[in-house]
Amino acid sequence: MAAQLRQLRQQIKTVKSTAKITRAQEMIATSRIVKAQQAVAASKPYADRITQALTALVSHRVGIDHPLLHEQPTDNRSAVLIITSDRGFCGAYNANVIREAESLITALREQGREPVPYVVGNKGITWYRFRGREVAETWHGFSDRPDFANAERIGRRLTEDFLKTDAEGGVGEIHVVYTEFVSMLTQKVQVRRLMPLEVTEGDGDGQVLPTYEFEPSAQAALDLLLPNYVESRIFHMLLQSAASFQASVRRAMKSATDNANDLLGVYTRQMNQARQAAITQEISEIVGGADALAESGGE
Amino acid sequence: MATLKVGLVSPEREIWSGEAKTVVAQTIEGSLGILPGHAPVLGVLLDGSVVTIEPADGGERVSAMVGSGFFSVAGDEVAILAEQAEMGEEIDVQHARQALEDAMAAGDDDATPERRARARLRAAGIEV
Repeated sequence: MAAQLRQLRQQIKTVKSTAKITRAQEMIATSRIVKAQQAVAASKPYADRITQALTALVSHRVGIDHPLLHEQPTDNRSAVLIITSDRGFCGAYNANVIREAESLITALREQGREPVPYVVGNKGITWYRFRGREVAETWHGFSDRPDFANAERIGRRLTEDFLKTDAEGGVGEIHVVYTEFVSMLTQKVQVRRLMPLEVTEGDGDGQVLPTYEFEPSAQAALDLLLPNYVESRIFHMLLQSAASFQASVRRAMKSATDNANDLLGVYTRQMNQARQAAITQEISEIVGGADALAESGGE
Repeated sequence: MATLKVGLVSPEREIWSGEAKTVVAQTIEGSLGILPGHAPVLGVLLDGSVVTIEPADGGERVSAMVGSGFFSVAGDEVAILAEQAEMGEEIDVQHARQALEDAMAAGDDDATPERRARARLRAAGIEV
């Protein structure tokens, strides 16, 4: 009886300390979500302006041309950029991304294309390595707090591969699987085609855009703008994924804390019962003993 | 008097925004001064140059170092987008000097690091 009591006390102690840790992690994640959201907001002016400039450029120069805008029908390989996190403790965050990526890969295969994964984040890298699957390139070490240089590196590599032909290991199109931060409670895995770029001509509100002069030339401006645009898109996706990751951590840690607290309730009740039982037994033993003594004394 | 609405942004944040009298930027082909009423232009910035903005409220001129990027002018709105951008007053001069020395010592064919380092010092108000 006493052994059971001791064991329950030990269990309660363990669960309590686990709850403390998960609670702390939950709070850390909560504060990081705010930071990640701020990073998303801070990157918005650049993203908006570059889109504006690109729209202006494309809708005003009929006949401008750039390889990044081209479909490459001869290239049969499709790049799939999969954005996962470096750390775990985030519930189904990475599993969801990988599941979506795998179904995209299957769909691409069915279309007769050859999908090539490019993976961001340790969790995705491990997943592919464990299964012995070939990946074209991996990046890691910045999933929590991506900066633009990271996006630039990824963008450069993807653009390079896009411009190569199949025989040189190039790809004909680029898809991205990432997690969009919709709100604190909702994050959605998204699949987007990044390249060839689709630039819609003219803007929605029917506003007449001015006719631009180009310095030094339209081609030079386009050469600079398009890769920058790609990098800014990737940066946006990295930031969105980072914010989603923190939200997933928060949710996972919250439910872990809740579970620990439930468990604590159950164990406490069991312990109280055990203690009560022990006391009752002791009393009945004393009473039994006293009775026996009284009986033997009476004789 | 008409003023320019200026936004100097890097991918990570907005570096400077506000009203300005003039903006001077450097393109590959030379310096370009922008006053209110300028014709719409989309220009490529010289990687490692200085953008100077004269605020409309009569404040002191602000300088910023910019890396690869471009600027667009349309209807008195000026947007300067640079992958690397730093305000002159935020630049760590000692660090920039070190970077310049390193770049010169490296002696690469690529002059970009050296030009960027020089631009950082110039933006911080130090002639080199």
